[in-house]
Amino acid sequence: MPSKASDDDPEKARRFREAALPYLDDAYTLARYLLRDATDAEDAVQECYLRAFRHFDSYRGPAMKPWLFAILRNVCRAEYARRATAPTSPIEDVPESAEQAPLWLEAQETPEGQIIRAKDSHTIRRLIATLAEPFREAFVLREIQNLSYREIADVAAVPVGTVMSRLARARAMLRSAWLAEQEQRK
Amino acid sequence: MTCDEAEVLLHALIDGELDAGHTRDVESHVAGCPRCAAALRDYREMSRMVAETGARYTAPVALRQRIEAALPQARAVPNRRAVLRGFAMGSAVSALAATGLVAIVLRNDDVDRIQSEVVSAHLRSLQAGHLTDVVSTDQHTVKPWFNGKLDVSPPVVDLTAQGFTLIGGRLDYVDARAIGAVVYRRRQHIINLFVAQTANTERRAARIDTVQGFNIRHWSDRGLNYWAVSDLAKDELSDFGEKFESAMQSPH
Repeated sequence: MPSKASDDDPEKARRFREAALPYLDDAYTLARYLLRDATDAEDAVQECYLRAFRHFDSYRGPAMKPWLFAILRNVCRAEYARRATAPTSPIEDVPESAEQAPLWLEAQETPEGQIIRAKDSHTIRRLIATLAEPFREAFVLREIQNLSYREIADVAAVPVGTVMSRLARARAMLRSAWLAEQEQRK
Repeated sequence: MTCDEAEVLLHALIDGELDAGHTRDVESHVAGCPRCAAALRDYREMSRMVAETGARYTAPVALRQRIEAALPQARAVPNRRAVLRGFAMGSAVSALAATGLVAIVLRNDDVDRIQSEVVSAHLRSLQAGHLTDVVSTDQHTVKPWFNGKLDVSPPVVDLTAQGFTLIGGRLDYVDARAIGAVVYRRRQHIINLFVAQTANTERRAARIDTVQGFNIRHWSDRGLNYWAVSDLAKDELSDFGEKFESAMQSPH
């Protein structure tokens, strides 16, 4: 009997739909934050799902969401590379030294005061978008996607320790930006 | 614990990734350090805000459609459960797509189910003593026998001259309804011709299917559905059907 596990296998497609499509909004959300562009995000998510379907035979679990995200992240990386070669939209990159900067510096620069709850999602989205890419990624995977440190480490292909320091810095920077924003509005 | 150490571990505390021993250490540091306490309070507030104010995005419907369209379609598996799973996906798009599928799937299912019932009835008839309720090579004996037993009296045509010998008639059950079966023989092969009433009076041209190794020729004419079932080869069964249909056209 010939194997039916080709890409045309409707049974495989059915299993894939069932397993992967419930995470479409999650994937789109991650792509929006990583690429900061609605059209690019759509393209990246579509490419991610097609790649995921092609590799679905090798998927062994356990969690579908981090598996999809790892694929999506690679797709987004390719998009960064494409943008980097396009002179009109320079890619923002974080120098290696930025990650080694002592965290307490952030805290010292923090203005006095307590953060006040924003009333609209627009402000939150905009502030998250100002974070440099590795920090934005860690923050979104943790705060919006609810991944564990271990899962984030797997998606971003870095050690758990790096995840922890990125997350700490992301939150510290976001807090600073938040408080600065409040100062301006006074 | 210093503020430096606490700064990183605060986050592990918020995220529930800290073991019990470190949790106690961080909490006792925060209790005595207003600066770290303020940071912890703000980080928790930020987490709540992000969770509650909708920092998520919803994938555009067009994106979902494009992905659905790019995947192999499930049309090759006419399976009711697959359709229900489509609904379970919950999006308006997949629900719509599934609704479209339901009609097709149910129709195919019906055809498949009736065909397999027809084949089952044919198989039952081949068991000893089940083939005929009325044994006669005379159409004028077989036809009246059906009268009063069914809503509709199946036409009985003598095709002996064409090489198909009438051997009798039988009542059977298909689709939970009593149905007439007219039995013919060609050499050692039995042909069951099942005849049932249909609301559709349109003439429907014949089609031949093979189910469980038996050939079925199905057609409709003048409010009657016909299924001729046999282990005869397709061309001989077609020949039978054509002879039957042309005999029906000419007045007897």
